[in-house]
Amino acid sequence: MKRFVQEFTKGIIKENPTFVLVLGLCPTLAVSVSVINGIGMGIAASFVLLGSNIIIALIKNFIPERIRIPCYIVVIATFVTITELMMKAYSPALDRALGIYVPLIVVNCIVLGRAEAYASKHSVRYSLSDALGMGVGFTLALILISAIREFLGSGKLLGQVIFKGFEPASVFAMPSGALLVIGLLLGFFNLIKMRKK
Amino acid sequence: MNKLIVNTSPHLHKKENVSRIMWAVVLSLIPAGIAGVVIFGWGALRVIILAVAAALISEVVIQFLTRKKVALLDGSAFLTGLLLAYNLPPEVPFWLPIIGSIFAIAIGKQVFGGLGQNIFNPALVGRVFLMASWPKYMTSFTLPLKYDTVTSATPLAMLKEGKVLENISHWDLFLGLRGGCIGEVCILALLLGAAFLFWRRYISWHIPITYIAATGIFTYIFAGKTLLSGDWFFHILSGGLILGAFFMATDYVTSPLTCKGQVIFGLGCGLLTAIIRIWGGYPEGVSYAMLMMNAAAPIIDRYTRNRIYGTK
Repeated sequence: MKRFVQEFTKGIIKENPTFVLVLGLCPTLAVSVSVINGIGMGIAASFVLLGSNIIIALIKNFIPERIRIPCYIVVIATFVTITELMMKAYSPALDRALGIYVPLIVVNCIVLGRAEAYASKHSVRYSLSDALGMGVGFTLALILISAIREFLGSGKLLGQVIFKGFEPASVFAMPSGALLVIGLLLGFFNLIKMRKK
Repeated sequence: MNKLIVNTSPHLHKKENVSRIMWAVVLSLIPAGIAGVVIFGWGALRVIILAVAAALISEVVIQFLTRKKVALLDGSAFLTGLLLAYNLPPEVPFWLPIIGSIFAIAIGKQVFGGLGQNIFNPALVGRVFLMASWPKYMTSFTLPLKYDTVTSATPLAMLKEGKVLENISHWDLFLGLRGGCIGEVCILALLLGAAFLFWRRYISWHIPITYIAATGIFTYIFAGKTLLSGDWFFHILSGGLILGAFFMATDYVTSPLTCKGQVIFGLGCGLLTAIIRIWGGYPEGVSYAMLMMNAAAPIIDRYTRNRIYGTK
């Protein structure tokens, strides 16, 4: 049980997929314009990660070594299709906002990375824990980045205006602003890590 | 026998150092600043003071926080603030030059490790950041010699909108009687400053002349209604070309080292400026052209490296 908790918590801070592993930056840059989009993307990717990690951990002994990546992709694509159709059916607004980035979860390197680096080597129990931790870590990172970008770029948080008279800097709503915020956050977290040592 | 001093080379010393050159550039920019204040009124002076003060303060704060040697008086932060102010319209809200300067120093320079390490010209980074963030303020200019907030477009912006420029002569452009940024309008004052820098040999002809010539030639060929009918003289005199070519493209840190490289750098800047002005979305392309060539400077340096004597 202790290890189960450990595998979960490592994904949140120690091996945070965005800020430590620096994986999945493409969707992070693209959808972090608003917090709602960030949360939607985080949950969608977490669901796919959970499903693919469990299935791959289950079938890892039947997958031939040389074609393992295509096999992983097939499993991942299945869950992405489920997610995409569910999203289209139950929250079309979010689906429109995320656009092409939902189908692109198939090639999200967090999902494939965890399949290759973790689920194919560990048991179902720990793979589930790992997927949950990574999913939560990714979602939290997205929320942090998108909160900064939404606040600075459009003066809002979750669609609500915070300060009257605050003039938002529209650069943060653009891709260049996303790179800027992610770069500064990465530097900031590295600084904290260096100070700790 | 104490008069004989045994020493290793180099034996020739010059009094020049970074901070002397920085202050000389500041000095050479003063005429343009005075001209800007005369043309646009005290609002321009307010912008200059705010930008310079914010640049100096953020330089000190960052150097203090990162435990580096505080080098406030080396003139580089002062120059960055001054150049940024010269690239702003005269009637901007008070916080705009402050945020621009902080961004220029923090993100444009100190993030890379301070003076000498930055890839891009810090003042341009600040300007482009402001341009992308608050385009509303960055593109509302005041009329010259009116001293109130009558907004007008720059000659280049009018040209972009397809208006005919009849009431602005080349002479007006040369003296600075047009809408524009504080430091870019008065070509006469800028040329005075540039002449000073040439006289002291702080800048060479390679970057500015090729830059201006390339812009002139390219706009002459393509900017007119038919080929070879562009008003090249208008394009040289308008916008921030003169300010950029003499004072910003020649920045030692962000331009190539060799003469050959500097010529390529200047030609590239001119070409990009003309392309952005003629076909781009913005009326003015000087700052973007220079930033793009700043990014290319290391690779230009690599391919134009001088042959070391005795090697193949």
